[in-house]
Amino acid sequence: MSDALLEVRALEAGYAAPVIGPLSLRIDAGEIVGLVGPNGSGKSTLLKAIANHVRVFNGEILRNPDTNIAWMDQRPVRLPEMPIDGWEYLRYAEATGESPPPHLQSWLDQRVDSLSGGQFQLLRCWTVLGTDADLALLDEPTNNLDRQSEEILMKVISKKHNRRSVLVVSHDRAFLDRVCDRVVAIGI
Amino acid sequence: MNLELVFDPLFRTPFLVGLVMSVVLPLLGNLLRLRDEWLAALGLAYLAGASGLIGLTFGLPVVLGAPLGALSGAVLKAFGRFRGNTIYALMVTVGWSTTMLVAANSSVGSVFGHALVEGQLYFAGSVHLGAAVIVGVLTAIALPHLGPVLIRARLLPGHQLSRQKSTGRFHFLFDVLVACGMAIGAGTLGLMAAFALAFVPPWAAFGIAHNWRHCQWISVGIGVVTYVSAFGVALVFDQPFGPVLIAVLVGIAGVAKIAQSY
Repeated sequence: MSDALLEVRALEAGYAAPVIGPLSLRIDAGEIVGLVGPNGSGKSTLLKAIANHVRVFNGEILRNPDTNIAWMDQRPVRLPEMPIDGWEYLRYAEATGESPPPHLQSWLDQRVDSLSGGQFQLLRCWTVLGTDADLALLDEPTNNLDRQSEEILMKVISKKHNRRSVLVVSHDRAFLDRVCDRVVAIGI
Repeated sequence: MNLELVFDPLFRTPFLVGLVMSVVLPLLGNLLRLRDEWLAALGLAYLAGASGLIGLTFGLPVVLGAPLGALSGAVLKAFGRFRGNTIYALMVTVGWSTTMLVAANSSVGSVFGHALVEGQLYFAGSVHLGAAVIVGVLTAIALPHLGPVLIRARLLPGHQLSRQKSTGRFHFLFDVLVACGMAIGAGTLGLMAAFALAFVPPWAAFGIAHNWRHCQWISVGIGVVTYVSAFGVALVFDQPFGPVLIAVLVGIAGVAKIAQSY
């Protein structure tokens, strides 16, 4: 694996049958990598495979056993009633390593079910980026975000540049170009 | 109306048994509601009732027989990989039919069948108090550890998956705790009263609490205030405890829901 934090070799993964692959990808320590591709190309499935959430049919995913991975799924769990405030939500996510951005802090006293879609999305991003994970997997993090929140997210992703790796899936190519060291296209 | 009954030493042990359960059941109910498994309380209570009754026909005290059925329900749920309320709805129907059949075909069944549904709190003794205290202590020890894991698994399912942490044993331990709580609750307070204590306080608290910690306090507060009020009212006015408890619970929860809308 040399200096790679994570290496995907000829991976074929999916559910009842493979939906991606064969696919190879390498992420070095501290690198921010974007993943782009059309709908159904398997971007989210690749993240799920790295997060051990789908079946691997062929190939392999090599990662250092000490590597901590944090994964933000594309589909959030938002219950009709969630009597949990933002601080508690971050505590349960074990995202207490550092102080959240001031913009986020201003509404962390609120119940998470009272937050707007954008506020909740930014909070979810921080549940991954605010942890001590070596590799953060973000699936469509810009969903529901307005321009200001998107700028905050870019700063947060870049903040630990060279110390934490990030793999970002997004349909927003412009966002990926601005925040990532390199962008990998799949299914094109 | 006899106010002296409230302070009669004869009712001290029953009062303490119910008081412990009025704290334990709302706490367990909060997590059940968050997991969208609130029907578990009723399903496990029905199984507890059925197995308590079967145990009685073999000479086993209800306080020992009831947990066996509830525990078997927890094991079935854990290893059957059922999700949501489906398995609990099945427990309700199977538990009810078993209770009715045993009651109809045994000499003690009919009397005790009614007692299980209506509750026999005023006949609770030191064995019931011991069982309630054990469940209470187990809840106090286990919930601070189980709670965060179960909440994380519910709200942030990707967290454990990506970190390759298995939460199966935490879910099973919680199911066992609920089974024990509902068995002791059904065997003392009565089946519907125990279910109501696990369901109504969380239902009210979820709407008005500012956060999870607040939710715990509101749930327990509603449970305890309701229980103490119902215990006194039922004794003084010579009314069945279970229905009085549910009437007071629904009244208090209704006020909380109205307050929420303002």
